[in-house]
Amino acid sequence: MLCNVCEKNEAKVHLTQMVEGKIRKVDLCETCAKDKGIDDPTGFSLTDVLTGMESVQKAEGPAIETGSQVECTFCGYTQSEFKKSGRLGCSQCYDVFEEGLEQVFKTMHRGVRHTGKVPEKLRSSKALYDRSRELQTRLDVAIGEENFEEAAVLRDELKEVRGEIDQLETTERGGDETT
Amino acid sequence: MRRLDFLKSPDAYTRRIGPLDKIVLTSRVRLARNLESFPFPGHAKKAERAKALEILLPAVSALELMKGGANEGMGKLTAMEKQILVERHLISREHAARGVGSAVVLSEDEVVSVMINEEDHLRMQVILPGLQVREAWARIDGFDSELEHAVPYAFSSKYGFLTACPTNLGTGIRVSAMLHLPGLVLAEHINQVITSVNKLGLAVRGLYGEGTEALGNVFQVSNQMTLGESEEEIVEKLNKVVLQIVENEENARQKVLETNPKILLNHIGRAYGILAHAHSISSKETKNLLSLLRLGVDLGLLPADHRALVDELFIVTEPAHIQRRSEGKKSAEERDVLRADLLRERLAVVDRPGEKFAADEDASPPDRREN
Repeated sequence: MLCNVCEKNEAKVHLTQMVEGKIRKVDLCETCAKDKGIDDPTGFSLTDVLTGMESVQKAEGPAIETGSQVECTFCGYTQSEFKKSGRLGCSQCYDVFEEGLEQVFKTMHRGVRHTGKVPEKLRSSKALYDRSRELQTRLDVAIGEENFEEAAVLRDELKEVRGEIDQLETTERGGDETT
Repeated sequence: MRRLDFLKSPDAYTRRIGPLDKIVLTSRVRLARNLESFPFPGHAKKAERAKALEILLPAVSALELMKGGANEGMGKLTAMEKQILVERHLISREHAARGVGSAVVLSEDEVVSVMINEEDHLRMQVILPGLQVREAWARIDGFDSELEHAVPYAFSSKYGFLTACPTNLGTGIRVSAMLHLPGLVLAEHINQVITSVNKLGLAVRGLYGEGTEALGNVFQVSNQMTLGESEEEIVEKLNKVVLQIVENEENARQKVLETNPKILLNHIGRAYGILAHAHSISSKETKNLLSLLRLGVDLGLLPADHRALVDELFIVTEPAHIQRRSEGKKSAEERDVLRADLLRERLAVVDRPGEKFAADEDASPPDRREN
């Protein structure tokens, strides 16, 4: 996913905004995010917070505490509230705080991707996910065997599938937020 | 619907039987689900919580499995009534602390219970007697599939079902079994078992879940991880581990029986003596002694049909259940007296344990005797 501003770098900061009752998602690279005055969400470790081993590292700078901190524009939940309670405010928070969260998931779960039940109406995206996982495995094998021709084909296919997934997710989110 | 008239009587409850119910008291599968486009209950404003309840209560109550069931707003229940639901494992202790804006929905047989606006918008569970985690999953899965057509769930293809706490993310599933393990406790093997179960990524807790004591030698084993594994994988793993613990418990009982039967006879006889003759007894002591009495039934020291009675006493001697039987608010000391009265009365029909066992012991082969 590319940054919406410079359209060059990979987007690392994902913001969800509520504009006139509609959800808008903005994806930024780290440079553009800093330019726009959005603090780096990986500035502190959410992992430590949730596993109860909060490292007392104030030396990193108090800017995180005082600056404009990352906030869910849908429900107004802030990262410091999450830090305190270990709970999130709403389902959109998973997008807003995504960056730090995957690290947290790693420490508490077997994997970082859902492999279980999928609601019936969303089964199509599940199929895409299964396919992307399968392609990734085959790609890894091809690279391992130095079969670069096949790897190139698989990489393109994978890119396509991931594009479809992204598209599906955006419409899922955007389409249902009518209230 | 006042005073929980919709609840089954405890004896109907404890006469249910299931596979391996000597050791596995109950199996439970719980799912956490949330509504899309509503903040989670913990962060929602009062009006948002009320709106979510307004959507969920009729949707849940209308499901096939809920026909003839009951529902009640948490704001309408007294503290004692909420505590009774906790003692029956129908709601969590956290849910009991909630009031207006939250509700509980029960199926007629009390096998399915749904908490609305607990930590998540929906916490729905199926409890079955004995080891039936697969069956419990099948039932709650069907229930969930039916409900998903009526209400829009918060779901992401990447992370699965989105929950207030990331520890429930993904499948939102908690599979657990309530195990009665006096043998492992007496043989002092319980800590080893807990350690190895923990190593498999499963949690071992007390009678009322997180942060509670293992009273009455009752332990709850449950999965902790919910993301990156399918529901079936989680259910199968728990089933397998529970079967192993059951085997360990059986071996431990057998071993104590062979090497030192007097220890068992002594423990069980004393438990009976106190329970049947005390004039004041705490709920904690009651549970620990009833556990030994249950073991006595399992070992044939007491008639098998007394197991339901013992299980019923486990429930009806809980504080809120004692309180419910009497008029006016009672202090803990007064409840201890009432509890002892109840136990003496109910155990009057139970003969002193061990006589039959002592005879059996004489008849047992010499190689199984200590002296």
